[in-house]
Amino acid sequence: MAMLTVKDLEVYYGVIQALKGISFEVNQGEVIALIGANGAGKTTTLHTLTGLLSSTKGSIIFEDRDITKVPAHKIVEMGIAHVPEGRRIFAELSVYENLMMGAYTRKDKAEIAGTLENVYKRFPRLEERKGQRAGTLSGGEQQMLAMGRALMSHPKLIVMDEPSMGLSPIFVNEIFNIIEEVSAGGTTVLLVEQNAKKALSIADRAYVLETGKIVLEGKADTLMHDDAIKKAYLGE
Amino acid sequence: MSFISHLINGISLGSVYAIIALGYTMVYGIAKMLNFAHGDVIMIGAYVVFTSMTGMGLNPILSILLSMVVCTVLGVVIERIAYKPLRNAASPLAVLITAIGISYLLQNVALLLFGAGAKTFTNVVTFPSISLAGGKLTITGVTIVTILACIVIMVGLSLFVGKTKPGRAMQAVSEDRGAAQLMGVNVNGTIALTFAIGSALAAIAGVLLCSAYPSLTPYTGAMPGIKAFVAAVFGGIGSIPGAMIGGILLGIIELLSKAYISSQVADAIVFAVLIVVLLIKPTGLFGKNIQEKV
Repeated sequence: MAMLTVKDLEVYYGVIQALKGISFEVNQGEVIALIGANGAGKTTTLHTLTGLLSSTKGSIIFEDRDITKVPAHKIVEMGIAHVPEGRRIFAELSVYENLMMGAYTRKDKAEIAGTLENVYKRFPRLEERKGQRAGTLSGGEQQMLAMGRALMSHPKLIVMDEPSMGLSPIFVNEIFNIIEEVSAGGTTVLLVEQNAKKALSIADRAYVLETGKIVLEGKADTLMHDDAIKKAYLGE
Repeated sequence: MSFISHLINGISLGSVYAIIALGYTMVYGIAKMLNFAHGDVIMIGAYVVFTSMTGMGLNPILSILLSMVVCTVLGVVIERIAYKPLRNAASPLAVLITAIGISYLLQNVALLLFGAGAKTFTNVVTFPSISLAGGKLTITGVTIVTILACIVIMVGLSLFVGKTKPGRAMQAVSEDRGAAQLMGVNVNGTIALTFAIGSALAAIAGVLLCSAYPSLTPYTGAMPGIKAFVAAVFGGIGSIPGAMIGGILLGIIELLSKAYISSQVADAIVFAVLIVVLLIKPTGLFGKNIQEKV
C-alpha cells in the first residue's frame, strides 16, 4: 500500500478546470517529482493535497486515511509538511519564530528543541541569523528557512513547490543537495519543479503533467532519456 | 496651566480612541476587513454597564466584567454569523457593507430596547482627583484611570501578540493566511479570537468613554468609532503601536482644537489631519510599505 494515493482528482477554479482527473502514488521513502510547464496544474495538485484548495471529485488517501476533505490546518499534524511556492515565510517574524511556527502543532518542548537542533545543523546559516527578521534574508536563505520550517513539524512526507525558483545556480545545487539529505534522513519527498533536469536527477520516479492531466509517468532515469521529455522539458 | 490641563484631557480622550482603534486595527490586520460595527459594540457595552448598575444594582467591577463578556460574545457572534460566510466573497465590498448594516442593526436594537432618550451614565470610576500646582491643575480620577488602562492594555496586548503562541499565530495569519494554515493554525479560530479581544476592549472603552462623557444614547458609539478608525488609519492600519499613537495624537489634536480654535470645527480639523497624513504618508505613521516579492 502506497503512503499517498491520489485518485482521479478534479479541481476547478470557478468554471476553469485546473485538474482533469489525475492519479498518482507516493511510496514510503521515495523522492517523487511532478514536472510540467507553467499552468499544468502542479501547484494546484499540491494545494489540493494539503487542503488549501478543495477538489470536486476524486480522493486523496494518506496512510490509509481519507484526507480529501480534511482542512489545511489539520494536515500538518497528520505528517505532511508543505513548502509553498514563493517560500511564503513570515517576513515580519524572526528566523527563530518562523521555525517555531513550523512546530506550531507539536506539544513536547524537548522534542521540538531536538528538531530545532537538527534543523540548525542542516542549515547553519539559519542558526547564525536566528534573531534576524526573516524578510531581511536573501532568496536562497529564505528557501532554506521555508524548508527548515517545514522540517520543524517532523513530517513523514514533505511536499515542495518549486524550491529552486529564482535562485542562483550555487543555491540551486545546495537546495537539491539538501533535498537528497532530507530524503536520506527518512522523509518521503514529493517535489514539484520546473527545473526538470535537476528534479529527475534526484527523483526515483516522476509524473509529467500537461494542462491538468498526467501524460507520462515512470522511473526518473527512464524519463530522463525519453525523447519527448528531452525535447519539451530538458531543452535538448 | 490650562494648556497642560487640555493636553492631559486630550491624552485621556485619545487613550479611549486608542483602545477602540486597537480593535479596528487588529481585526483589519488579521481578518483584512474593516469592522464598522465596532463603534456600536462600545455603545452596547456601555448600556450593559448602565443597566446592570442602575437596574440590577451590581457593583461597578462586576458590571464591567459582565459588559466585557457580553461584548466578547456579541463580537464573536457577529463575526460568525455576518462576516465569516463572506470571507471568500468575490468583492471585499460585500463584508464592508455588511459591517455597516450590522452597525445600524445594533443602533436600532439599542433604540428599541433603551429608547432614544439619553441616559445619564454614572461614573464608575471612584478614583479621587489629583490636584497639582497648588490647585491650579486638577486631573480627574477618570482621566487617570483611562490613561493607566490604556497603558496596561497596550503592554498586555504587545506581550500577548509578541510572546505567546496564539499571538504568534495571529501575526502569522496577518502576514499570510495560507502559509499559517500550512503550519497548522486554525484561521477561523484565530479570527474569532481577534474579534473576542477587540470586543472586550470595546467594552472597556465604552465604560471609560461614558464615565468621562456621561450621556449615553444608541448613537454614542458611532462618532468615537469613526474617530478611532481615523486613528487606526492615521497610525497605520494593522499596526498595534500605530493605533495607540494614532489614537492619542487624535485625542490631543481634538481637545486642543476645541480649546484654542473652535469647538465646532474640532471634528473637521481631526478629519483634515487624516487627509494630510494620508497625502504625505499613505500607509499612515507606522504603516509598512508592502513590497510584493516574487
